[in-house]
Amino acid sequence: MKVKLLSRNPDDYVRETKLDIQRVPRNYDPSLHPFEVSREYTRALNATKLERVFAKPFLASLDGHRDGVNCLAKHTTNLSTLLSGSCDGEVKVWNLTKRECVRTLQAHEGFVRGMVVRHCGTSFFTVGDDKTIKQWKIEAPAYGEEEEPLNTILGKTVFTGLDHHRKEGVFATCGQQVDVWDEQRSSPIRSFTWGVDSFSAVRFNPVETELLASCASDRSIVLYDMREPAPLKKVIMTMRSNTVCWNPMEAYYFTCSNEDYNLYTYDMRHLEKPITVHMDHVSAVLDLDYSPTGKEFVSASFDKTIRIFPKDGGHSREVYHTKRMQHVICIKWSADNKYILSGSDEMNIRLWKANAAEKLGVLAPRERQAANYSQKLKEKYQHHPQIKRIANHRHLPKIIYHQTREQRVMKEARRKKERNVRKHSRPGTVPVVSEKEKHVVTVVK
Amino acid sequence: MAATSEAVVNPAHVEKTKKPPARYWDELQDGKDENKVGKDGEQTGETPSQKHVEKAKKRKNDEDRGDAKKFISGKPDPFPGPAHISKDRMQKFKRRDKTKKIPRQHYKLKDMMARSDEVSEMAQKQAARIDLLLPEDAGFLEGDEDEDTCTISQEDISDAVDITSASKYFDLKLSQFGPYRLDYSRTGRHLLLGGRRGHIACIDWQTKRLMCEINVMESINDVKWLHSEAMYAVAQKKWLYIYDSNGIELHCIRKFNDVLRMQFLPYHFLLATVSATSFLQYLDVSVGKEVAAINTKTGRLDVMCQNPQNAIVHLGHSNGTVTLWSPNQKEALVKMLCHQGAVRSVAVDKTGTYMVTSGMDKKLKVYDIRAFKPLKSYFLPAGASCLSLSQRGLLSAATGDIVQVYRDVWSTPVTKPYMAHRVQRTVWGMHFCPFEDVLGVGHGEGFTSMLIPGAGEPNFDGLDSNPYRSAKQRQEWEVKALLEKIHPELITLDPTELGQVDLATSQQKHQDRVQALGFDPLAKEKFIPRYKKKGRSSAGSIERRKRQVANEDLRETVQQSSEDKMKIEKERKEREKKEVLLSSKKSALDRFKK
Repeated sequence: MKVKLLSRNPDDYVRETKLDIQRVPRNYDPSLHPFEVSREYTRALNATKLERVFAKPFLASLDGHRDGVNCLAKHTTNLSTLLSGSCDGEVKVWNLTKRECVRTLQAHEGFVRGMVVRHCGTSFFTVGDDKTIKQWKIEAPAYGEEEEPLNTILGKTVFTGLDHHRKEGVFATCGQQVDVWDEQRSSPIRSFTWGVDSFSAVRFNPVETELLASCASDRSIVLYDMREPAPLKKVIMTMRSNTVCWNPMEAYYFTCSNEDYNLYTYDMRHLEKPITVHMDHVSAVLDLDYSPTGKEFVSASFDKTIRIFPKDGGHSREVYHTKRMQHVICIKWSADNKYILSGSDEMNIRLWKANAAEKLGVLAPRERQAANYSQKLKEKYQHHPQIKRIANHRHLPKIIYHQTREQRVMKEARRKKERNVRKHSRPGTVPVVSEKEKHVVTVVK
Repeated sequence: MAATSEAVVNPAHVEKTKKPPARYWDELQDGKDENKVGKDGEQTGETPSQKHVEKAKKRKNDEDRGDAKKFISGKPDPFPGPAHISKDRMQKFKRRDKTKKIPRQHYKLKDMMARSDEVSEMAQKQAARIDLLLPEDAGFLEGDEDEDTCTISQEDISDAVDITSASKYFDLKLSQFGPYRLDYSRTGRHLLLGGRRGHIACIDWQTKRLMCEINVMESINDVKWLHSEAMYAVAQKKWLYIYDSNGIELHCIRKFNDVLRMQFLPYHFLLATVSATSFLQYLDVSVGKEVAAINTKTGRLDVMCQNPQNAIVHLGHSNGTVTLWSPNQKEALVKMLCHQGAVRSVAVDKTGTYMVTSGMDKKLKVYDIRAFKPLKSYFLPAGASCLSLSQRGLLSAATGDIVQVYRDVWSTPVTKPYMAHRVQRTVWGMHFCPFEDVLGVGHGEGFTSMLIPGAGEPNFDGLDSNPYRSAKQRQEWEVKALLEKIHPELITLDPTELGQVDLATSQQKHQDRVQALGFDPLAKEKFIPRYKKKGRSSAGSIERRKRQVANEDLRETVQQSSEDKMKIEKERKEREKKEVLLSSKKSALDRFKK
């Protein structure tokens, strides 16, 4: 007779001393783990609920401006520094970790229209309604010194926007025309016009650093090459775009915020129709900024909300609002991909988390592992109706809620009418025009 | 011989050019090698060393081509590439098939699916690899030549094994309050005994420590541990009671009356009970609410078991049928006619594949519970009153006062039991202890713990049910288990249904969308040939390009349809084959065929 019985040595399964961690032998045999799917689903449901419970995005409000905040600028080398310009010409420098203003200067008379920090991080430029471009030192003046700009350029017309080259000492302004300036000279090295009287924003491409995009008041977005004397091409849309922002990772894509409540992501090479139309705002979109990863962007709107869109998603994944926040004029996504900064009409700058439910601070490895696991589960089960309902639910202000519904009804009615027209006309005469194609009038080269 | 010497020289010559830095072990090995070669040469002549060298050379050449990694010592990896994993082991951890081809236009989906396929394959491989590292092997019992294992007595086994295992064979003489029903906790550490005449005892049976012992002064029908060893449920004469491990009465649940049998669904925290009034009731023990009460309208219910894979409750009835129940439906999910007489006992195996039933007609039958097909039918002279299946698929059947254990009842026709043992009085309750080679038998004279080699799963999962867990670990497990308590609405016949795409609903949705939009957004775009310059977009060439694309599409559809046809043909042939096979054997279910 040969016999063997299961006989485990408890020493192999129990920790030796109290200082050890517990031993956890694993056996991944599926028959020992029944209800795999339902348990995972339950975990995903719990994770989704917890995410909603912990979604507290608002971190701080920085007050101190005496007029609406008109522009924001991120410091290029320092995460904790933020610059803001207000409608009374005042510029404030903020320390975000302490959440306090470290410096105030009266930069312009009238609005501060644009502001940008030089790539080296030692100085910044401002443009204002007083037709001047000023360069300032980032450091505050020493005791007894007077606050004055390093350099002042007096332009011919009002400047409405400003952006600095990524690597060289070159910057671009826009106003009645788009000007490219050398820092050393007092006159522009290049001026672009294309039968337009005013531009609202200009942005350098972060990768192909000689390229520029600007929004014009004749409802067009114009692309330029700094090295060429004439603009490259432009796309004319049905409504005016307010700002434009390049995707920092795939820099052939740019997104523009439009007056028709939508945002449009274009491929620079094919302007005939946008890649994605981002809808959800119920009023004009005033500003947007990409996350440094290029996966998402945040938009600020006249409807007093901030929305976060995935770069290839048609609808927002998140909406932020508070009772006190008025029309959001400018928005920035911080360079560490964690925070969002918004400047609004009622003189405040607000600091938000980019992921509403994210835990701030250093995570222990197990904590991070658990967070990653629940994130994956949420992704896996996101289409289940119950989970979808919980994950997508957002409380909205009454006005916006009703306006959204109204928009939906209007859109539905338009579609219905179009369908009826198509039904009762000769086949082929009323073609189906997709939402993407609808908003582009023409492309000019 | 000359050739071999060259072969020996050549690699050395090659190696000289990129010689690794000298290490102390190199010298040692070289010396040894030389010795070996010398010895070989002396002893066996050229043949083995020659072969060896040639092989080495071949391998080296292969590696040079493949640019394989070398160790620090300069030696090539003797087992290049990932280790081989056997197919059946991979099959064990297989969760899903590879996704079929996704049309080109859904490129995002295609990318996503490809990535998820990759990840799941990796997980499967890793799990299969870890299988190799499991510490314990299952027990076994083999007789000598001409010796049946069923003739080996418990005393012989306990003499042959080590002391700790031998101490697992014991008898408790409890003749006063018997016969006894019993239950093991999920970890297999704790034993709960309930005597017909009111005696309850909780024992940490491995250390033989008595946790509590009470007499409820009422007849007891069944006892069951709840999710942990801190609480248990007792079906008493009238109502259902819940006690804690100190014997303190926690609850008396008067909604549950005349309960005869109970089952605990551990992942749902549900206590399923059947009563003499033919009610099947579910109690959520985490919140203390009755989840469902179903009137089965089939008379007194005293045969019950659960399918551990999908939490479906199986009930046996006096008219020979076995019915399957979930808390979400007022009617039985399935009714199977299994026996000519009443059903005496039902058991379902751990994988949820097989169901074993025994009836008054003295038959023992095995069913495939996924296809609802009879597999085997055995005749037991005395009939089995009690059935229990172990984790590794041993079946114990009690006929009167004899406990018989069978092996492989579903795969091979069994003629002899694997083991047999006679207890003092009629068997009343019987359970295999999880993760141990032990069968607990409750009978009129008390309780017997038997040794059944090869019954228990050798390797437990520490996060699921750990017999060696500390109090702290148990608390942590309890919180986790409660957090992922599965909702009773998710109990279905197929537990993986939740992870599959509901095609019917999605098709309906798509239709609605098409209706609302006025066009099909997923429809294939019509091919419009691009305009090419330099006269290459003549009408003829445009037509040609159009035709090319059309031909390609056509080819795809033709291929698809021919594949479908082949598939159908294959299925038909298989079906025919099966029918031929089945027509020779008539099953119990054939009488329902029209």
